[in-house]
Amino acid sequence: MRPMKRNGVRIDDSFAEAFPMRGTAILITAPNRHWAVQAATTMTGFATSVIGCGAEAGIDCERPGKSTPDGRPGVRVLMFAMSSDTLQTQLVNRAGQCVLTSPGSACFADLESPDRLPIGDQLRYFGDGWQVSKKFLDRHFWRVPVMDGEFLCEATTGLTKKAVGGGNLLIMGASFETTMRAAELAVAAMNDVEDVILPFPGGIVRSGSKVGSKYKAMMASTNDAYCPTLRGAVKTNLEEDIGCVLEIVIDGLTEDAVAEAMRAGLAAIVKLGPEHGAVRVGAGNYGGKLGPFHFHLKDLLP
Amino acid sequence: MKPLVLTLKQEPGQRLDLAPLVPHLLEGKSAKDIAEIELQTTREKVVAGDIFKIRSGGGVETIHFEGGSLRFDNVGQGLKSGEIFIEGDCGKCAGRGMSGGNLVVNGDSGPFAGSAMSGGRLEIGGDTGGFLAGPLEGEMEGATGGLLIVRGNAGERAGDRLRRGTILIEGSAGDFPGSRMIAGTLIILKECGKLPGYLMRRGTIVLANPPELAPTFVDCGTHQLAFASVFAGLLRPESRAAARLLSRPLARFAGDMAALGKGEIFFPA
Repeated sequence: MRPMKRNGVRIDDSFAEAFPMRGTAILITAPNRHWAVQAATTMTGFATSVIGCGAEAGIDCERPGKSTPDGRPGVRVLMFAMSSDTLQTQLVNRAGQCVLTSPGSACFADLESPDRLPIGDQLRYFGDGWQVSKKFLDRHFWRVPVMDGEFLCEATTGLTKKAVGGGNLLIMGASFETTMRAAELAVAAMNDVEDVILPFPGGIVRSGSKVGSKYKAMMASTNDAYCPTLRGAVKTNLEEDIGCVLEIVIDGLTEDAVAEAMRAGLAAIVKLGPEHGAVRVGAGNYGGKLGPFHFHLKDLLP
Repeated sequence: MKPLVLTLKQEPGQRLDLAPLVPHLLEGKSAKDIAEIELQTTREKVVAGDIFKIRSGGGVETIHFEGGSLRFDNVGQGLKSGEIFIEGDCGKCAGRGMSGGNLVVNGDSGPFAGSAMSGGRLEIGGDTGGFLAGPLEGEMEGATGGLLIVRGNAGERAGDRLRRGTILIEGSAGDFPGSRMIAGTLIILKECGKLPGYLMRRGTIVLANPPELAPTFVDCGTHQLAFASVFAGLLRPESRAAARLLSRPLARFAGDMAALGKGEIFFPA
């Protein structure tokens, strides 16, 4: 079959296969933007994949002081895990070690949902009896005395069971430089989409994996069909003109948000064109048998 | 749906118990049914139709009282949802035991307004009597939730034994505001009588003009706390002056050390 082409970029007739996840969102504020970003960056560190990190987390967006509950600059963090229990543990551990500890920080719920995950309800015990509960109508906060004043934390935050993890794009180009340029532009475009994060370093993963391995202990191993150095040695998925492959993985609070992010990324890659960017775009799946969410590239094209 | 309108015919000759006139008790009743509801608190029998001209607009979720009286007791008692507006004064225990909805008194109110309140919003446009949100005889605690706003002045012992919830007094308060407070928040924007927070256990009192505090309150320094900014934001739609007060750096005094001592009084540094 002749591949679809947009602005000279070949688009695979393929789809990204994604899974249901549990997701949550919090808003971290601080006396200035620098420290809000610092707390959020620390909290979302080592959170690239549920396989090894327990949770996938990232920064969704920054909020100016005039739109946060305490009038200080804030950063919205999204977190995803495969079960509500794991998400709960990861949320409290990460908030306790990375936000509570960060100078001047405060932490607010940032997802409307009837399902709730305790956060301040757990962290309050750090107050050793000096913690103060404050309610205002439906909102419930905990004030925990700390060495720079008080850590303010909302009692619970929302939990969604409709989150989607594992949306992805495989970006293939002639060289590392051109592929990277396309990937970076796609990441920049996708970062503007609300309710999604790209959990890998800077949004990009270079070590895509396949299920299984020749070694018994390994659950997953390198995706040899997309390794350019193995093109002659294995059953490859790469043509002669491809010298580098990079992947972008997307987690979102809703299926629509993931689709929107993939659409934005595709548009950026197509706009750049094959000369200076990607010659081909694909997506990773397992034949459609494992994940219930299928994002077909042909439906998302500009 | 149009509201139920109750227009006062003339000043009642005796104290009245208006507790039956709340939306959840009037559900499905016609204007004629409502006119037959008894309201007296003494021997002389009085029904709603004697006191009010009743105009039913089809719904009871919103009730307008056109004209009020200091003899109207227990207005909006047990309000769960919906809205009640009183264009005038009311007597004791306005909004007693309310758990939701919105009760607005566009005049003065007697003592014990908002007592045993656990949710919803109660606004008093004028002055209110003593023991705002306080417990009645034999009760262990005052209000346990909700938002109570007094645009005028409050009598003595506002927020007595307050358990939870937020009280905002835009005018002045009498002596001993926040006495025996268990928790919750009390904000006073004008003058405040003597010994605020007397024997308070926990909770927060914010005073724009504090009198001399009891020696059982101890200085904890001046701070700009995130929680005060959050409350400023939450209160801004109700009162810009309260939001301004809470946005300033505030001195914190902990007490009452004669009781548990986990309460606090804030005032502008």
